[in-house]
Amino acid sequence: MIRMLFIFIVLIIHALPLQAQIKIQEVTSPGGIKAWLVEEHSIPFIALHTGFRGGASLDPADKLGATNLMMALLEEGTGDMDAAAFLRAAEELAADFTFSARRDSLTVSARVLTSNAPEALGLLKRAITEPAFNPAAFERVRQQVLSNLNSEQSDPDAIARKTLNRIAYGTHPYGRPTDGTLETVSALTPEDLRAAHQAGLSRDHLVVGVVGDVTADELGPMLDALLGELPEAGAELPEKTEFGAPGGTEVVELDTPQSVAIWAQKGIDRHHPEFMATYVMMHILGGGGFGSRLTEEVREKRGLTYGVYSYLAALDHSSFAGGGVSSANDRIGEAIEVIRDEWAKMATGGITAEELETAQQYLTGSYPLRFDSNSKIARTLVGMQLDKLPIDYVNTRNDKVNALTLEQVSRAARKLLDPEGLQFVVVGKPVGVTATD
Amino acid sequence: MTFRIFSTVALIFLSATVGFAQTGKVTNFNLENGLQVVVIEDHRAPIVINMVWYKVGSADEPPGKSGIAHFLEHLMFKGTDTLKPGDFSDIVTRNGGVDNAFTSHDYTGYFQNVAVDRLPLMMQLEADRMRNLVLTEEEVIPERNVVLEERNSRVDNDPGSLFHEQRRAALYLNHPYSKPVIGWRHEIAQLSLQEALDFYDTYYAPNNAIAIVAGDVLPQEVLELAKQFFGPLAPSDNIPPRVRPQEPPHHAPIHLTFEDARIKQPALVRNYLSINRKPGDQKEAAAAMFLGELLGGSGISSVLGRELQLNRKVATYTSAWQSGLSYDPDGFGLYAMPAPGVSLEELEAAVDEVLAGFLKNGIDTDHLTRLKKQAAAQQIYSQDNLNQVARRYGQALTSGLTIADVQAWPDILQSVEKEEIMAVAARILKPSNSVTGWQMPPKSEVSQ
Repeated sequence: MIRMLFIFIVLIIHALPLQAQIKIQEVTSPGGIKAWLVEEHSIPFIALHTGFRGGASLDPADKLGATNLMMALLEEGTGDMDAAAFLRAAEELAADFTFSARRDSLTVSARVLTSNAPEALGLLKRAITEPAFNPAAFERVRQQVLSNLNSEQSDPDAIARKTLNRIAYGTHPYGRPTDGTLETVSALTPEDLRAAHQAGLSRDHLVVGVVGDVTADELGPMLDALLGELPEAGAELPEKTEFGAPGGTEVVELDTPQSVAIWAQKGIDRHHPEFMATYVMMHILGGGGFGSRLTEEVREKRGLTYGVYSYLAALDHSSFAGGGVSSANDRIGEAIEVIRDEWAKMATGGITAEELETAQQYLTGSYPLRFDSNSKIARTLVGMQLDKLPIDYVNTRNDKVNALTLEQVSRAARKLLDPEGLQFVVVGKPVGVTATD
Repeated sequence: MTFRIFSTVALIFLSATVGFAQTGKVTNFNLENGLQVVVIEDHRAPIVINMVWYKVGSADEPPGKSGIAHFLEHLMFKGTDTLKPGDFSDIVTRNGGVDNAFTSHDYTGYFQNVAVDRLPLMMQLEADRMRNLVLTEEEVIPERNVVLEERNSRVDNDPGSLFHEQRRAALYLNHPYSKPVIGWRHEIAQLSLQEALDFYDTYYAPNNAIAIVAGDVLPQEVLELAKQFFGPLAPSDNIPPRVRPQEPPHHAPIHLTFEDARIKQPALVRNYLSINRKPGDQKEAAAAMFLGELLGGSGISSVLGRELQLNRKVATYTSAWQSGLSYDPDGFGLYAMPAPGVSLEELEAAVDEVLAGFLKNGIDTDHLTRLKKQAAAQQIYSQDNLNQVARRYGQALTSGLTIADVQAWPDILQSVEKEEIMAVAARILKPSNSVTGWQMPPKSEVSQ
């Protein structure tokens, strides 16, 4: 009885249109700064997120980690306010500011109360336009970064990630650690941070997403006050580059009970016509938890891991298809074998109609869940702009997913997946896994 | 707004209801079989979170069976009388749902985030697996291996987590909070199908559960659905009273040194026995929360950060925290990472001096005022994340609190006085109440 009911419901639901019901406005400030805005007046606060293209990839080769340290110091004093005074002022206003440096972008995010938004954003403006970089704060925060780098030397995930980046991208910025190394960070000076600040936080690299208790008319002047004094132009963005790993297996010895394995091969550009077909194919292979082929084969059937995944990484200047798994040292070999087999099976055999239908139902049905809070929506608005997606993408994306045919997705698998080209990095004391030359 | 959310599908199950939508409103119902139903309204988006919380966690496990609560959480995704293994997640996935589960010392919870018109189906699924789970050896053995790998990932591969486990085991002389939620490895490896089923039969029942539905729904509609799907379920008649062995007075401070070649960065962590929020009696826990915030809630603007990082320059990081909601009293913690060239011994002496100074000199009024302003703002910000709101209620209700207690908490925070915080500080920050841990590389590898 219950089973029948389930089937009935599933069938009906498939026919319903599902859209993320959000209305995005493009706002242009009097000073010419553009932002995407979603008004939401039911809670008296504003989530304002900014993104700057370039990110840690803008670091010169001998100044690795400068951008990361620069962003960490933005909350450590401005003008004649020292770090403690700045922090106290933010606490007085009950405003939350976060600053982060990623490979392709920098983000500055604020959560401010409607009741004191101008004062709170005024404080944030001082942080991003006139950072103090004073020597005491510089030394203190540099030490924190160094202690993180130090800890990462025995963190299997960090070791794997850095090793794979180096093998795949060599001397391109993508091959370098975004937080720098113990050597490069130790050699940085406050002057280097000033240079990173000028290079990274500029209006030509800027995108803005705002969600909350503010109207389009109110937002324009706010944007000018907050961002209008940033430099017009920043550093040149990095060159495009190909994923360049030769394929094979690298083993990094670490005395720990469970090995971490990650892998990657060449990917596909975010704006390639077959991107969506490829994205859905990778979801069927190893995305979205239960039901993916990798989870079924590696976890559910064999109990070899707690988590296995694959994904498509569309970076601004390159792309790859990768994945990860963790298994006890004496089981990781079997896990890798199963993963290679699944990669090959998908490449030659493609997908089934049922898999495509399930993936379409999941990807379209769960899309609105990404828009369930002001902060998440603001972050998504920034991400969409950094990816150069059109403003109506939210309303067309599900149609694109639903329009995919079995042949398109199976062809994406044939074209992309290259079991021979897979580059594995295994960190731990794996049994029966040998490095290739 | 109210009718838009219900598709033809939902109308099959619902009698028409009329009401006024009100974001932030919380409504409570109790079914005859003992199920508590809590509805939290948020009408910003046509989505819903469907949760079922069971009032059972690792602290309720029989001795020698650590990890059984968490293991059962995994097994709940297998089959039922009417669903094959894998069907549950397949149905959720095909409906665009995101689902998962979590286990703690005091509770086990399950949730799905879905478009609101799928709520009836999700409630039906949760009701089905509340009483009708079917398990076979074929599924149980691979899943036990999955849990052992989960333990590898979460604990054995991470020296910080390993040490956390050791400190908790030392902190509780008698209370089962001493056991890790995931379980000790040798006990996980022995857990059996029958033990999981016995645990399930005892604890998974409407009279030991709370259904929380949060999102674009009206209370009466949810009540009707709950009656339809959960109403027919039989209660359990053998739920033991929830009385765990309590801590005796502690008389000797405990000191642990943990050396591991994977630790590159030495650090000091101290855990104290603390207090918890009790029904109708949350003032002391509120004071303890402010104690954590004052000492180490926000880096260099907190007492430990100002003294140890800015003034004495003996630490690179510091923090302090009062543990969250718990059924029995849980811990209070301090963390400090030494600056280069500072030994853990020197750092610990400095920490103790700063704490002694705090106990003697008391609280800076401006500091407490700022923290109260932030607590008030948090009431606004926290409404943004419906998952967090729903979880807060779930944690509170499985920790013995009531909805009224949750709703009273913001005002209680604002009413806490300096003297009350200092009284709680004097009780918590006693050496005999504590476990102090040093984590460091093996001595031969330390270079100063």
